[in-house]
Amino acid sequence: MAYSEKLLDHYENPRNIGSLDKNAEDVGTGLVGAPACGDVMKLQIRVGADGLIEDAKFKTFGCGSAIASSSLVTEWVKGKTIDEAETIKNTDIARHLALPPVKIHCSVLAEDAIKAAIADYRAKASKKDETQEAAE
Amino acid sequence: MNAIAQIRRNDQPIYLDYQATTPMDPRVLEAMMPYFTYKFGNPGSRSHSYGWEAEEGVEKARGQVAKLIGADEKEVIFTSGATESNNLAIKGVAEFYKDRRNHIVTTVTEHKCVLDTCRHLEQQGFDVTYLPVQQNGLVDLEVLRAAVTDKTVLVSIMAVNNEIGVIQPLAEIGKICREKGAFFHTDAAQAAGKIALDVEAMHIDLMSISGHKIYGPKGIGALYVRRKPRVRLVAMIVGGGQERGFRSGTLPTPLCVGLGEAAEICLKEMDGEAKRLTKLRDRMLKGLNAKLPEIYVNGDLDQRIPGNLNISFAHVEGESLMMGIKGLSVSSGSACTSASLEPSYVLRALGVEEEMAHTSLRIGLGRFTTEHEVDTAVEELAHHVTKLREMSPLWEMSQEGIDIKSIEWAAH
Repeated sequence: MAYSEKLLDHYENPRNIGSLDKNAEDVGTGLVGAPACGDVMKLQIRVGADGLIEDAKFKTFGCGSAIASSSLVTEWVKGKTIDEAETIKNTDIARHLALPPVKIHCSVLAEDAIKAAIADYRAKASKKDETQEAAE
Repeated sequence: MNAIAQIRRNDQPIYLDYQATTPMDPRVLEAMMPYFTYKFGNPGSRSHSYGWEAEEGVEKARGQVAKLIGADEKEVIFTSGATESNNLAIKGVAEFYKDRRNHIVTTVTEHKCVLDTCRHLEQQGFDVTYLPVQQNGLVDLEVLRAAVTDKTVLVSIMAVNNEIGVIQPLAEIGKICREKGAFFHTDAAQAAGKIALDVEAMHIDLMSISGHKIYGPKGIGALYVRRKPRVRLVAMIVGGGQERGFRSGTLPTPLCVGLGEAAEICLKEMDGEAKRLTKLRDRMLKGLNAKLPEIYVNGDLDQRIPGNLNISFAHVEGESLMMGIKGLSVSSGSACTSASLEPSYVLRALGVEEEMAHTSLRIGLGRFTTEHEVDTAVEELAHHVTKLREMSPLWEMSQEGIDIKSIEWAAH
Protein backbone atom coordinates (compact mmCIF):
# COMPACT_ATOMS: atom_id res chain seq x y z
CA MET A 1 0.00 0.00 0.00
CA ALA A 2 1.57 3.26 -1.07
CA TYR A 3 0.64 6.45 0.75
CA SER A 4 0.56 9.91 -0.79
CA GLU A 5 3.38 12.37 -0.25
CA LYS A 6 1.06 14.74 1.62
CA LEU A 7 0.03 11.98 4.00
CA LEU A 8 3.62 10.91 4.62
CA ASP A 9 4.63 14.52 5.22
CA HIS A 10 1.95 14.97 7.89
CA TYR A 11 2.92 11.65 9.48
CA GLU A 12 6.65 12.43 9.46
CA ASN A 13 6.30 16.08 10.45
CA PRO A 14 3.01 16.36 12.26
CA ARG A 15 1.85 19.96 12.80
CA ASN A 16 0.52 21.26 16.08
CA ILE A 17 1.16 18.33 18.38
CA GLY A 18 0.42 19.12 21.96
CA SER A 19 -2.22 20.08 24.45
CA LEU A 20 -4.05 23.24 25.48
CA ASP A 21 -5.46 23.78 28.96
CA LYS A 22 -8.70 21.85 28.77
CA ASN A 23 -10.14 23.82 31.67
CA ALA A 24 -9.62 27.20 30.03
CA GLU A 25 -12.85 28.95 29.02
CA ASP A 26 -11.62 29.77 25.52
CA VAL A 27 -10.52 26.18 24.78
CA GLY A 28 -12.75 23.52 23.27
CA THR A 29 -11.66 19.86 23.50
CA GLY A 30 -12.84 16.96 21.40
CA LEU A 31 -11.89 13.40 22.34
CA VAL A 32 -13.21 10.83 19.90
CA GLY A 33 -12.62 7.21 18.94
CA ALA A 34 -11.87 4.30 21.23
CA PRO A 35 -8.65 2.53 22.25
CA ALA A 36 -10.24 -0.84 21.53
CA CYS A 37 -10.83 0.22 17.93
CA GLY A 38 -7.23 1.35 17.56
CA ASP A 39 -8.01 5.04 17.06
CA VAL A 40 -8.27 7.88 19.57
CA MET A 41 -8.03 11.54 18.62
CA LYS A 42 -7.84 14.49 20.94
CA LEU A 43 -8.28 17.80 19.17
CA GLN A 44 -8.31 21.18 20.89
CA ILE A 45 -9.05 24.70 19.67
CA ARG A 46 -8.52 28.07 21.30
CA VAL A 47 -10.99 30.73 20.15
CA GLY A 48 -10.01 34.39 20.31
CA ALA A 49 -12.21 37.32 21.34
CA ASP A 50 -12.81 38.02 17.63
CA GLY A 51 -14.39 34.57 17.20
CA LEU A 52 -11.49 33.21 15.16
CA ILE A 53 -9.70 29.96 16.02
CA GLU A 54 -6.27 31.22 16.96
CA ASP A 55 -4.66 27.93 17.95
CA ALA A 56 -5.28 24.22 17.50
CA LYS A 57 -3.47 21.21 18.97
CA PHE A 58 -3.86 17.47 18.64
CA LYS A 59 -2.74 14.16 20.02
CA THR A 60 -3.63 10.95 18.24
CA PHE A 61 -3.33 7.23 18.98
CA GLY A 62 -3.85 5.51 15.69
CA CYS A 63 -2.40 4.57 12.36
CA GLY A 64 -0.42 6.92 10.15
CA SER A 65 -3.56 8.01 8.31
CA ALA A 66 -5.24 8.95 11.58
CA ILE A 67 -2.22 10.97 12.65
CA ALA A 68 -2.05 12.72 9.26
CA SER A 69 -5.81 13.44 9.23
CA SER A 70 -5.72 15.08 12.64
CA SER A 71 -2.55 17.01 11.84
CA LEU A 72 -4.16 18.32 8.66
CA VAL A 73 -7.35 19.55 10.34
CA THR A 74 -5.40 21.46 12.97
CA GLU A 75 -3.80 23.34 10.07
CA TRP A 76 -7.11 23.91 8.35
CA VAL A 77 -9.09 25.23 11.31
CA LYS A 78 -6.57 27.87 12.36
CA GLY A 79 -7.76 31.36 11.41
CA LYS A 80 -11.27 30.17 10.67
CA THR A 81 -14.42 31.03 12.62
CA ILE A 82 -15.97 28.07 14.41
CA ASP A 83 -18.88 28.17 11.96
CA GLU A 84 -16.45 27.87 9.07
CA ALA A 85 -14.46 25.12 10.82
CA GLU A 86 -17.65 23.19 11.32
CA THR A 87 -18.12 22.88 7.57
CA ILE A 88 -14.94 20.81 7.11
CA LYS A 89 -16.00 17.49 5.62
CA ASN A 90 -14.28 14.15 5.96
CA THR A 91 -14.34 13.82 2.19
CA ASP A 92 -12.17 16.96 1.92
CA ILE A 93 -9.62 15.42 4.29
CA ALA A 94 -9.69 12.07 2.52
CA ARG A 95 -9.24 13.70 -0.87
CA HIS A 96 -6.43 15.98 0.25
CA LEU A 97 -4.44 13.09 1.76
CA ALA A 98 -5.53 10.58 -0.91
CA LEU A 99 -6.55 8.13 1.79
CA PRO A 100 -7.00 4.54 0.61
CA PRO A 101 -10.54 3.17 1.06
CA VAL A 102 -9.70 1.19 4.22
CA LYS A 103 -8.54 4.43 5.84
CA ILE A 104 -11.56 6.61 5.14
CA HIS A 105 -12.70 6.12 8.75
CA CYS A 106 -9.65 8.12 9.86
CA SER A 107 -10.97 11.19 8.06
CA VAL A 108 -14.43 10.62 9.55
CA LEU A 109 -12.84 10.55 12.98
CA ALA A 110 -10.99 13.81 12.30
CA GLU A 111 -14.27 15.49 11.28
CA ASP A 112 -15.89 14.14 14.44
CA ALA A 113 -12.98 15.47 16.51
CA ILE A 114 -13.27 19.03 15.24
CA LYS A 115 -17.07 18.96 15.70
CA ALA A 116 -16.65 17.64 19.25
CA ALA A 117 -14.13 20.37 20.06
CA ILE A 118 -16.49 23.05 18.71
CA ALA A 119 -19.42 21.58 20.66
CA ASP A 120 -17.32 21.62 23.83
CA TYR A 121 -16.32 25.24 23.24
CA ARG A 122 -19.95 26.27 22.62
CA ALA A 123 -21.14 24.47 25.74
CA LYS A 124 -18.55 26.32 27.80
CA ALA A 125 -19.46 29.66 26.18
CA SER A 126 -23.21 29.29 26.79
CA LYS A 127 -22.58 28.19 30.36
CA LYS A 128 -20.44 31.30 30.80
CA ASP A 129 -23.27 33.45 29.38
CA GLU A 130 -25.74 31.87 31.77
CA THR A 131 -23.57 32.48 34.79
CA GLN A 132 -22.97 36.05 33.68
CA GLU A 133 -26.71 36.60 33.23
CA ALA A 134 -27.37 35.03 36.61
CA ALA A 135 -24.79 37.34 38.16
CA GLU A 136 -26.39 40.37 36.55
CA MET B 1 30.28 -15.91 4.99
CA ASN B 2 30.25 -15.19 1.29
CA ALA B 3 26.90 -16.86 1.10
CA ILE B 4 25.47 -14.64 3.82
CA ALA B 5 26.82 -11.53 2.13
CA GLN B 6 24.77 -12.43 -0.92
CA ILE B 7 21.60 -12.36 1.11
CA ARG B 8 21.93 -8.93 2.63
CA ARG B 9 21.60 -5.86 0.50
CA ASN B 10 22.76 -2.67 2.09
CA ASP B 11 19.95 -0.49 0.80
CA GLN B 12 17.25 -2.74 2.20
CA PRO B 13 15.59 -2.55 5.62
CA ILE B 14 16.69 -5.03 8.27
CA TYR B 15 14.58 -8.16 7.92
CA LEU B 16 12.94 -9.07 11.22
CA ASP B 17 9.98 -11.09 10.01
CA TYR B 18 11.37 -14.64 9.96
CA GLN B 19 8.00 -16.14 10.96
CA ALA B 20 6.49 -14.83 7.71
CA THR B 21 9.17 -16.35 5.55
CA THR B 22 12.91 -16.85 5.41
CA PRO B 23 15.46 -16.14 2.71
CA MET B 24 16.71 -19.29 1.07
CA ASP B 25 20.09 -20.42 2.32
CA PRO B 26 22.57 -20.20 -0.58
CA ARG B 27 23.68 -23.76 0.24
CA VAL B 28 20.12 -24.85 -0.47
CA LEU B 29 20.07 -23.06 -3.80
CA GLU B 30 23.34 -24.69 -4.72
CA ALA B 31 21.92 -28.15 -4.08
CA MET B 32 18.86 -27.35 -6.19
CA MET B 33 20.58 -25.90 -9.24
CA PRO B 34 21.42 -29.10 -11.16
CA TYR B 35 17.80 -30.22 -10.91
CA PHE B 36 16.62 -27.11 -12.71
CA THR B 37 18.90 -27.77 -15.65
CA TYR B 38 20.70 -30.95 -16.61
CA LYS B 39 19.15 -33.25 -13.98
CA PHE B 40 15.70 -32.37 -15.23
CA GLY B 41 14.15 -35.82 -15.42
CA ASN B 42 10.74 -36.75 -14.11
CA PRO B 43 11.31 -38.67 -10.90
CA GLY B 44 8.43 -40.89 -11.97
CA SER B 45 10.21 -41.99 -15.15
CA ARG B 46 11.42 -45.53 -14.55
CA SER B 47 12.74 -46.30 -17.98
CA HIS B 48 15.86 -44.13 -18.25
CA SER B 49 18.68 -42.52 -16.32
CA TYR B 50 17.13 -39.04 -16.35
CA GLY B 51 14.26 -40.36 -14.27
CA TRP B 52 16.50 -42.42 -11.99
CA GLU B 53 18.73 -39.44 -11.32
CA ALA B 54 15.76 -37.24 -10.40
CA GLU B 55 14.27 -40.00 -8.27
CA GLU B 56 17.54 -40.33 -6.44
CA GLY B 57 17.46 -36.62 -5.62
CA VAL B 58 13.87 -36.77 -4.40
CA GLU B 59 14.44 -39.85 -2.26
CA LYS B 60 17.53 -38.39 -0.65
CA ALA B 61 15.48 -35.32 0.23
CA ARG B 62 12.69 -37.46 1.66
CA GLY B 63 15.24 -39.09 3.92
CA GLN B 64 16.63 -35.71 5.01
CA VAL B 65 13.16 -34.48 5.96
CA ALA B 66 12.37 -37.74 7.77
CA LYS B 67 15.58 -37.51 9.79
CA LEU B 68 14.69 -34.02 11.01
CA ILE B 69 11.57 -35.34 12.75
CA GLY B 70 12.65 -38.87 13.67
CA ALA B 71 10.49 -40.52 11.03
CA ASP B 72 11.01 -43.20 8.43
CA GLU B 73 11.46 -41.85 4.91
CA LYS B 74 8.49 -43.88 3.68
CA GLU B 75 6.29 -41.80 5.96
CA VAL B 76 7.06 -38.45 4.32
CA ILE B 77 5.10 -37.14 1.35
CA PHE B 78 5.78 -33.93 -0.50
CA THR B 79 3.11 -31.25 -0.88
CA SER B 80 3.01 -27.67 -2.07
CA GLY B 81 3.42 -26.31 1.44
CA ALA B 82 2.09 -26.39 4.99
CA THR B 83 -1.33 -25.09 3.97
CA GLU B 84 -1.83 -28.05 1.66
CA SER B 85 -0.38 -30.43 4.26
CA ASN B 86 -2.81 -29.13 6.88
CA ASN B 87 -5.75 -29.39 4.50
CA LEU B 88 -4.79 -32.92 3.47
CA ALA B 89 -4.16 -34.14 7.01
CA ILE B 90 -7.37 -32.80 8.50
CA LYS B 91 -9.78 -33.30 5.60
CA GLY B 92 -8.14 -36.57 4.59
CA VAL B 93 -8.44 -38.18 8.02
CA ALA B 94 -11.90 -36.76 8.71
CA GLU B 95 -13.21 -38.04 5.40
CA PHE B 96 -11.68 -41.50 5.71
CA TYR B 97 -12.90 -42.27 9.22
CA LYS B 98 -16.20 -40.36 9.16
CA ASP B 99 -18.37 -43.45 9.59
CA ARG B 100 -16.66 -44.34 12.86
CA ARG B 101 -15.69 -41.00 14.36
CA ASN B 102 -16.73 -37.49 13.36
CA HIS B 103 -15.27 -35.18 15.99
CA ILE B 104 -12.17 -32.99 15.67
CA VAL B 105 -10.41 -31.07 18.42
CA THR B 106 -8.24 -28.04 17.70
CA THR B 107 -7.40 -24.70 19.34
CA VAL B 108 -8.48 -21.12 18.71
CA THR B 109 -4.91 -19.96 18.05
CA GLU B 110 -4.23 -22.25 15.09
CA HIS B 111 -3.16 -20.86 11.75
CA LYS B 112 -6.02 -19.70 9.55
CA CYS B 113 -5.59 -22.66 7.19
CA VAL B 114 -6.32 -25.11 10.02
CA LEU B 115 -9.24 -23.07 11.36
CA ASP B 116 -10.71 -22.61 7.92
CA THR B 117 -10.36 -26.32 7.12
CA CYS B 118 -12.18 -27.12 10.36
CA ARG B 119 -14.95 -24.63 9.56
CA HIS B 120 -15.29 -26.27 6.18
CA LEU B 121 -15.67 -29.68 7.83
CA GLU B 122 -18.27 -28.29 10.22
CA GLN B 123 -20.34 -27.31 7.22
CA GLN B 124 -20.04 -30.92 6.04
CA GLY B 125 -21.53 -32.10 9.33
CA PHE B 126 -18.43 -32.81 11.43
CA ASP B 127 -18.25 -31.66 15.04
CA VAL B 128 -15.31 -29.44 15.90
CA THR B 129 -14.21 -28.32 19.35
CA TYR B 130 -12.06 -25.17 19.42
CA LEU B 131 -10.11 -25.25 22.67
CA PRO B 132 -9.18 -21.99 24.38
CA VAL B 133 -5.56 -21.39 25.37
CA GLN B 134 -4.19 -20.12 28.66
CA GLN B 135 -2.87 -16.61 29.13
CA ASN B 136 0.62 -17.80 28.15
CA GLY B 137 -0.73 -19.19 24.88
CA LEU B 138 -0.42 -22.85 25.85
CA VAL B 139 -3.21 -25.37 25.79
CA ASP B 140 -4.41 -26.65 29.17
CA LEU B 141 -3.84 -30.42 29.09
CA GLU B 142 -6.74 -31.18 31.41
CA VAL B 143 -9.07 -29.15 29.20
CA LEU B 144 -7.75 -31.10 26.23
CA ARG B 145 -8.21 -34.43 27.97
CA ALA B 146 -11.81 -33.57 28.79
CA ALA B 147 -12.53 -32.54 25.21
CA VAL B 148 -11.32 -35.74 23.54
CA THR B 149 -14.08 -38.35 23.40
CA ASP B 150 -14.52 -41.77 21.83
CA LYS B 151 -15.95 -39.90 18.84
CA THR B 152 -12.79 -37.84 18.34
CA VAL B 153 -10.92 -38.91 15.24
CA LEU B 154 -8.28 -36.16 15.20
CA VAL B 155 -6.63 -33.67 17.48
CA SER B 156 -4.91 -30.91 15.51
CA ILE B 157 -2.71 -28.63 17.61
CA MET B 158 0.12 -26.56 16.20
CA ALA B 159 3.63 -27.18 17.49
CA VAL B 160 4.67 -23.52 17.53
CA ASN B 161 2.41 -20.52 17.12
CA ASN B 162 3.20 -18.28 14.18
CA GLU B 163 2.48 -15.01 15.99
CA ILE B 164 3.77 -15.54 19.51
CA GLY B 165 6.20 -18.41 19.00
CA VAL B 166 5.03 -20.46 21.97
CA ILE B 167 5.76 -24.20 21.94
CA GLN B 168 2.85 -26.49 22.83
CA PRO B 169 3.54 -29.50 25.07
CA LEU B 170 3.60 -31.92 22.15
CA ALA B 171 4.67 -35.09 23.98
CA GLU B 172 1.93 -34.65 26.58
CA ILE B 173 -0.69 -33.93 23.92
CA GLY B 174 0.46 -36.98 21.96
CA LYS B 175 0.15 -39.15 25.04
CA ILE B 176 -3.42 -38.05 25.65
CA CYS B 177 -4.34 -38.69 22.01
CA ARG B 178 -2.80 -42.14 22.07
CA GLU B 179 -4.66 -43.03 25.27
CA LYS B 180 -7.95 -41.91 23.77
CA GLY B 181 -7.42 -43.50 20.36
CA ALA B 182 -7.47 -40.21 18.45
CA PHE B 183 -4.90 -39.30 15.82
CA PHE B 184 -2.60 -36.40 16.62
CA HIS B 185 -1.81 -33.94 13.84
CA THR B 186 0.51 -31.02 14.44
CA ASP B 187 1.16 -28.06 12.17
CA ALA B 188 4.93 -27.79 12.60
CA ALA B 189 5.52 -25.08 9.99
CA GLN B 190 7.08 -22.81 12.64
CA ALA B 191 8.66 -25.59 14.68
CA ALA B 192 10.47 -27.87 12.29
CA GLY B 193 14.15 -27.12 12.10
CA LYS B 194 13.98 -24.84 15.13
CA ILE B 195 13.21 -27.20 17.98
CA ALA B 196 13.87 -30.93 18.34
CA LEU B 197 10.94 -32.94 17.04
CA ASP B 198 10.50 -36.70 17.35
CA VAL B 199 7.32 -38.24 15.99
CA GLU B 200 7.93 -41.41 18.01
CA ALA B 201 8.62 -39.88 21.39
CA MET B 202 5.84 -37.32 20.90
CA HIS B 203 3.29 -39.79 19.52
CA ILE B 204 2.65 -37.62 16.50
CA ASP B 205 0.62 -39.27 13.73
CA LEU B 206 0.63 -36.47 11.17
CA MET B 207 2.91 -33.46 10.87
CA SER B 208 2.91 -30.54 8.43
CA ILE B 209 6.17 -28.92 7.35
CA SER B 210 6.86 -25.88 5.20
CA GLY B 211 9.94 -25.30 3.05
CA HIS B 212 10.12 -21.53 3.09
CA LYS B 213 10.04 -21.23 6.90
CA ILE B 214 13.28 -23.20 7.19
CA TYR B 215 15.46 -21.39 4.61
CA GLY B 216 14.22 -23.63 1.83
CA PRO B 217 12.22 -22.78 -1.29
CA LYS B 218 8.64 -21.56 -1.41
CA GLY B 219 6.06 -23.82 -2.99
CA ILE B 220 7.13 -27.01 -1.23
CA GLY B 221 6.18 -28.65 2.03
CA ALA B 222 5.79 -32.08 3.47
CA LEU B 223 3.31 -34.15 5.39
CA TYR B 224 4.42 -36.88 7.72
CA VAL B 225 1.87 -39.71 7.75
CA ARG B 226 2.46 -42.50 10.27
CA ARG B 227 2.65 -46.05 8.94
CA LYS B 228 2.63 -47.99 12.21
CA PRO B 229 -0.11 -47.91 13.31
CA ARG B 230 -1.23 -46.85 9.87
CA VAL B 231 -3.02 -43.56 9.38
CA ARG B 232 -5.24 -43.50 6.32
CA LEU B 233 -6.28 -40.50 4.30
CA VAL B 234 -8.61 -39.68 1.49
CA ALA B 235 -6.52 -37.88 -1.13
CA MET B 236 -7.54 -34.41 -2.26
CA ILE B 237 -5.54 -34.40 -5.47
CA VAL B 238 -5.92 -37.56 -7.50
CA GLY B 239 -4.21 -38.63 -10.68
CA GLY B 240 -1.04 -40.60 -11.30
CA GLY B 241 -0.94 -41.98 -7.77
CA GLN B 242 2.39 -40.43 -6.75
CA GLU B 243 3.29 -40.10 -3.07
CA ARG B 244 1.63 -43.39 -2.02
CA GLY B 245 -1.55 -42.19 -3.68
CA PHE B 246 -1.97 -39.41 -1.10
CA ARG B 247 -0.92 -36.67 -3.47
CA SER B 248 -0.81 -37.10 -7.20
CA GLY B 249 1.20 -34.88 -9.48
CA THR B 250 4.76 -34.90 -10.78
CA LEU B 251 7.11 -33.98 -7.96
CA PRO B 252 8.98 -30.69 -8.37
CA THR B 253 12.43 -32.25 -8.06
CA PRO B 254 14.43 -29.05 -7.39
CA LEU B 255 12.00 -27.95 -4.68
CA CYS B 256 12.07 -31.37 -3.02
CA VAL B 257 15.87 -31.35 -3.08
CA GLY B 258 15.83 -27.83 -1.62
CA LEU B 259 13.51 -28.82 1.22
CA GLY B 260 15.70 -31.81 1.99
CA GLU B 261 18.89 -29.76 2.04
CA ALA B 262 17.22 -27.09 4.19
CA ALA B 263 16.10 -29.76 6.66
CA GLU B 264 19.59 -31.24 6.88
CA ILE B 265 21.21 -27.86 7.52
CA CYS B 266 18.63 -27.03 10.21
CA LEU B 267 19.24 -30.32 11.98
CA LYS B 268 23.01 -29.98 11.82
CA GLU B 269 23.02 -26.40 13.12
CA MET B 270 20.01 -26.51 15.43
CA ASP B 271 21.73 -26.43 18.82
CA GLY B 272 24.23 -23.70 18.01
CA GLU B 273 21.65 -21.63 16.20
CA ALA B 274 19.18 -21.87 19.07
CA LYS B 275 21.83 -20.62 21.49
CA ARG B 276 22.81 -17.77 19.17
CA LEU B 277 19.24 -16.66 18.59
CA THR B 278 18.34 -16.87 22.27
CA LYS B 279 21.26 -14.56 22.98
CA LEU B 280 20.15 -12.12 20.29
CA ARG B 281 16.55 -12.17 21.47
CA ASP B 282 17.56 -11.56 25.08
CA ARG B 283 19.78 -8.72 23.91
CA MET B 284 16.89 -7.15 22.05
CA LEU B 285 14.46 -7.46 24.93
CA LYS B 286 16.99 -6.15 27.43
CA GLY B 287 17.77 -3.22 25.14
CA LEU B 288 14.13 -2.33 24.67
CA ASN B 289 13.34 -2.65 28.37
CA ALA B 290 16.23 -0.35 29.21
CA LYS B 291 14.91 2.35 26.90
CA LEU B 292 11.15 1.98 27.10
CA PRO B 293 8.76 1.67 30.03
CA GLU B 294 5.48 -0.22 29.67
CA ILE B 295 6.31 -2.80 27.07
CA TYR B 296 4.89 -6.29 27.43
CA VAL B 297 5.85 -9.60 25.85
CA ASN B 298 2.84 -11.59 24.67
CA GLY B 299 2.95 -15.34 25.19
CA ASP B 300 5.17 -17.51 27.35
CA LEU B 301 8.80 -16.40 27.21
CA ASP B 302 10.31 -19.74 28.26
CA GLN B 303 8.19 -22.15 26.22
CA ARG B 304 9.04 -20.27 23.08
CA ILE B 305 11.22 -20.62 19.99
CA PRO B 306 14.34 -18.49 20.27
CA GLY B 307 13.65 -16.38 17.17
CA ASN B 308 10.35 -14.78 18.17
CA LEU B 309 9.27 -11.78 20.18
CA ASN B 310 5.75 -10.39 20.23
CA ILE B 311 5.65 -7.14 22.13
CA SER B 312 2.91 -4.69 23.03
CA PHE B 313 4.18 -1.11 23.18
CA ALA B 314 1.46 0.37 25.37
CA HIS B 315 -0.36 3.44 23.98
CA VAL B 316 1.32 3.30 20.55
CA GLU B 317 -0.73 1.95 17.68
CA GLY B 318 1.17 -0.81 15.87
CA GLU B 319 0.48 0.25 12.32
CA SER B 320 1.72 3.79 12.91
CA LEU B 321 4.82 2.35 14.56
CA MET B 322 5.53 0.15 11.55
CA MET B 323 5.16 3.18 9.31
CA GLY B 324 7.81 4.95 11.36
CA ILE B 325 10.42 2.23 11.62
CA LYS B 326 11.29 2.35 7.96
CA GLY B 327 14.62 0.66 8.48
CA LEU B 328 13.01 -2.47 9.92
CA SER B 329 10.72 -5.06 8.38
CA VAL B 330 8.45 -6.45 11.06
CA SER B 331 4.76 -7.30 11.16
CA SER B 332 1.81 -6.69 13.41
CA GLY B 333 0.61 -10.28 13.27
CA SER B 334 0.63 -12.98 10.69
CA ALA B 335 1.37 -11.92 7.12
CA CYS B 336 -1.87 -13.57 6.03
CA THR B 337 -3.99 -11.25 8.12
CA SER B 338 -1.95 -8.05 8.16
CA ALA B 339 -4.16 -6.53 5.45
CA SER B 340 -7.10 -6.49 7.84
CA LEU B 341 -7.49 -3.86 10.53
CA GLU B 342 -8.72 -6.27 13.17
CA PRO B 343 -6.35 -6.89 16.05
CA SER B 344 -4.81 -10.35 16.14
CA TYR B 345 -7.20 -13.16 17.08
CA VAL B 346 -4.26 -14.96 18.65
CA LEU B 347 -3.56 -12.13 21.09
CA ARG B 348 -7.29 -11.79 21.83
CA ALA B 349 -7.35 -15.52 22.65
CA LEU B 350 -4.64 -14.96 25.28
CA GLY B 351 -6.92 -12.42 26.91
CA VAL B 352 -4.82 -9.44 25.75
CA GLU B 353 -7.10 -6.40 25.84
CA GLU B 354 -8.11 -5.09 22.44
CA GLU B 355 -6.34 -1.78 22.98
CA MET B 356 -3.14 -3.62 23.90
CA ALA B 357 -3.52 -5.95 20.91
CA HIS B 358 -3.50 -2.85 18.70
CA THR B 359 -0.06 -1.93 20.01
CA SER B 360 1.75 -5.18 19.29
CA LEU B 361 4.50 -6.05 16.87
CA ARG B 362 5.87 -9.43 15.91
CA ILE B 363 9.64 -9.43 15.67
CA GLY B 364 11.22 -12.49 14.08
CA LEU B 365 14.95 -13.21 14.26
CA GLY B 366 16.68 -15.83 12.18
CA ARG B 367 19.76 -17.34 10.61
CA PHE B 368 21.05 -14.13 9.04
CA THR B 369 20.24 -11.75 11.90
CA THR B 370 23.31 -10.12 13.42
CA GLU B 371 24.03 -8.45 16.74
CA HIS B 372 24.49 -5.16 14.91
CA GLU B 373 21.04 -5.50 13.35
CA VAL B 374 19.51 -6.15 16.76
CA ASP B 375 21.18 -3.07 18.22
CA THR B 376 20.04 -0.93 15.30
CA ALA B 377 16.50 -2.25 15.67
CA VAL B 378 16.45 -1.42 19.39
CA GLU B 379 17.55 2.15 18.69
CA GLU B 380 15.02 2.66 15.93
CA LEU B 381 12.13 1.11 17.87
CA ALA B 382 12.91 3.11 21.00
CA HIS B 383 13.13 6.34 19.02
CA HIS B 384 9.79 5.91 17.27
CA VAL B 385 7.88 4.52 20.24
CA THR B 386 9.00 7.53 22.28
CA LYS B 387 8.05 9.92 19.47
CA LEU B 388 4.62 8.35 19.01
CA ARG B 389 3.96 8.26 22.73
CA GLU B 390 4.58 11.99 22.84
CA MET B 391 1.70 12.42 20.43
CA SER B 392 -0.54 9.76 21.99
CA PRO B 393 -3.50 11.03 24.02
CA LEU B 394 -3.59 7.66 25.80
CA TRP B 395 0.03 7.97 26.90
CA GLU B 396 -0.74 11.50 28.16
CA MET B 397 -3.70 10.22 30.16
CA SER B 398 -1.74 7.34 31.61
CA GLN B 399 1.05 9.74 32.63
CA GLU B 400 -1.59 11.94 34.32
CA GLY B 401 -2.84 8.89 36.18
CA ILE B 402 -6.15 8.70 34.34
CA ASP B 403 -7.44 5.15 33.98
CA ILE B 404 -8.29 4.72 30.32
CA LYS B 405 -10.91 2.15 31.21
CA SER B 406 -12.78 4.73 33.31
CA ILE B 407 -13.61 6.74 30.19
CA GLU B 408 -16.76 5.97 28.26
CA TRP B 409 -15.47 5.54 24.73
CA ALA B 410 -17.80 5.63 21.78
CA ALA B 411 -17.09 2.52 19.75
CA HIS B 412 -16.95 3.25 16.06
